[in-house]
Amino acid sequence: MGKVIVVTSGKGGVGKTTTSAAVATGLALRGHRTVVIDFDVGLRNLDLVMGCERRVVFDFINVINGDANLNQALIRDKRIENLYVFPTSQTRDKDALKRDGVDRVMTELKKTFDYIICDSPAGIEHGALTALYHADSAIIVTNPEVSSVRDSDRIIGMLASKTRRAEKREKPVEEHLLLTRYSPERVRKGEMLSVDDVKEILSVPLLGIIPESETVLKASNTGMPVILDADSPAGRAYEDAVARFLGEQREMRFVMPERKNFLRGWFGRAAS
Amino acid sequence: MITTANRVQGGIFTIMVVRVTDPYDPAFDRDLAEQVARSPGFFADAPVVLDLKDCLGCTSVADYTALKQMLRRHRLIPVGVQNASALQLRAAHAVDLAAFSGAGQNGGRRPAAERSATPPARPRLVTEPVRSGTQIYARGSDLIVVAPVSPGAEVIADGHIHIYGALRGRAIAGAGGDQSARIFVHRLEAELLAIAGRYLVSEAIAPEYLHQPVQVALIDEHLRILPGWSATRSAAAG
Repeated sequence: MGKVIVVTSGKGGVGKTTTSAAVATGLALRGHRTVVIDFDVGLRNLDLVMGCERRVVFDFINVINGDANLNQALIRDKRIENLYVFPTSQTRDKDALKRDGVDRVMTELKKTFDYIICDSPAGIEHGALTALYHADSAIIVTNPEVSSVRDSDRIIGMLASKTRRAEKREKPVEEHLLLTRYSPERVRKGEMLSVDDVKEILSVPLLGIIPESETVLKASNTGMPVILDADSPAGRAYEDAVARFLGEQREMRFVMPERKNFLRGWFGRAAS
Repeated sequence: MITTANRVQGGIFTIMVVRVTDPYDPAFDRDLAEQVARSPGFFADAPVVLDLKDCLGCTSVADYTALKQMLRRHRLIPVGVQNASALQLRAAHAVDLAAFSGAGQNGGRRPAAERSATPPARPRLVTEPVRSGTQIYARGSDLIVVAPVSPGAEVIADGHIHIYGALRGRAIAGAGGDQSARIFVHRLEAELLAIAGRYLVSEAIAPEYLHQPVQVALIDEHLRILPGWSATRSAAAG
């Protein structure tokens, strides 16, 4: 029976889609049959970040309305076996996410997939609430910045009250904090909240710290999830995060400011 | 598990009583506005019972309809009437207001603001972080929170509020008017503190009290912050 993971944040633009793509890819690379669903109806981005925007025929809303079945809409990733993308409509909006239609789709997906990643839209309205409703786990994507932390706190409150698990008084949704766009140098200068600051305010277990990296933009533009970029510190950090999600112990990397080392020029990038 | 036997049960509730004199009197409207404004958060969609002891009107459906509209403007929801005459009761039933017994009231001087002066109920205990956007209201009792209260969250009680953690949101004690209510905080970073309608915003809190364990009490009509747990010292309000 598949496990549903919602990637949510409250705040927009913090890295939900980047994270959904990276985590789904990471899980599939480890042999788990994974599907990643775009819940951002009307403002879809997942298909771009996954690199399958030119193969979208049917979408989530088509399946909810019965215009197509799941197999017609799911897109197999060309690079990785076990990985499927379920894009959404660009022409409709969040009202098209009908509760019973979504329920039906989720039930069917849980039968054939190990992991179902729900890429949530920003906000706390219908789109975001629908995305988190079926969650068994949640990855709360947060930037080390006051507005993002406050919005994440709000969405965590909703995970405790607006999910199916909360309504049926089942075991609560497993919460995981993912700190993204982290810059140790700016933390050192006092310009950015530190990991400890964020952990103290949100009181949610830390899944990982993803460093600010230019490679993320490159990944979006090329349609290749950043975890597949061997040279990217962000990619490495996502790999660590996926490992921790699956129960492994991994030390937190990319937390300390890099020491400027003139020898670097000679020996190339040091592994961090 | 709901069974036929337990489907209908007895319940005990604390409900405010609004004394009605003339439902069309603008002074009545003003009184309500003033009372509601003094206790933020407390009156939101609260159920009220209308005491008709001193009311000559409220004998027709039209009277009740007008009254209900006015109450709704102040975010109050009338659920019943007490001390009503037979005529008043007939009209009340016609607009789905139930009859409550007049016995539960104290001499009819002031509404339940005074009744809740000594909250007898067991304190409400909250052990999970109170997240932004959440509002917790301990009606008729103290509130104990063993977790942080986030910015944008509100913890409200008719009695005292005890927070064994950081208060980063709003705490409103003595919400029903009890001026002896206090707020106890392990780490003060509050957005707003209020007791029985008097309030202090974050900006007005003296910096030396921030991040400290404090008591907040209403002394001589002013909110005072008392550092640590000493009950005898009264420092100047922040």
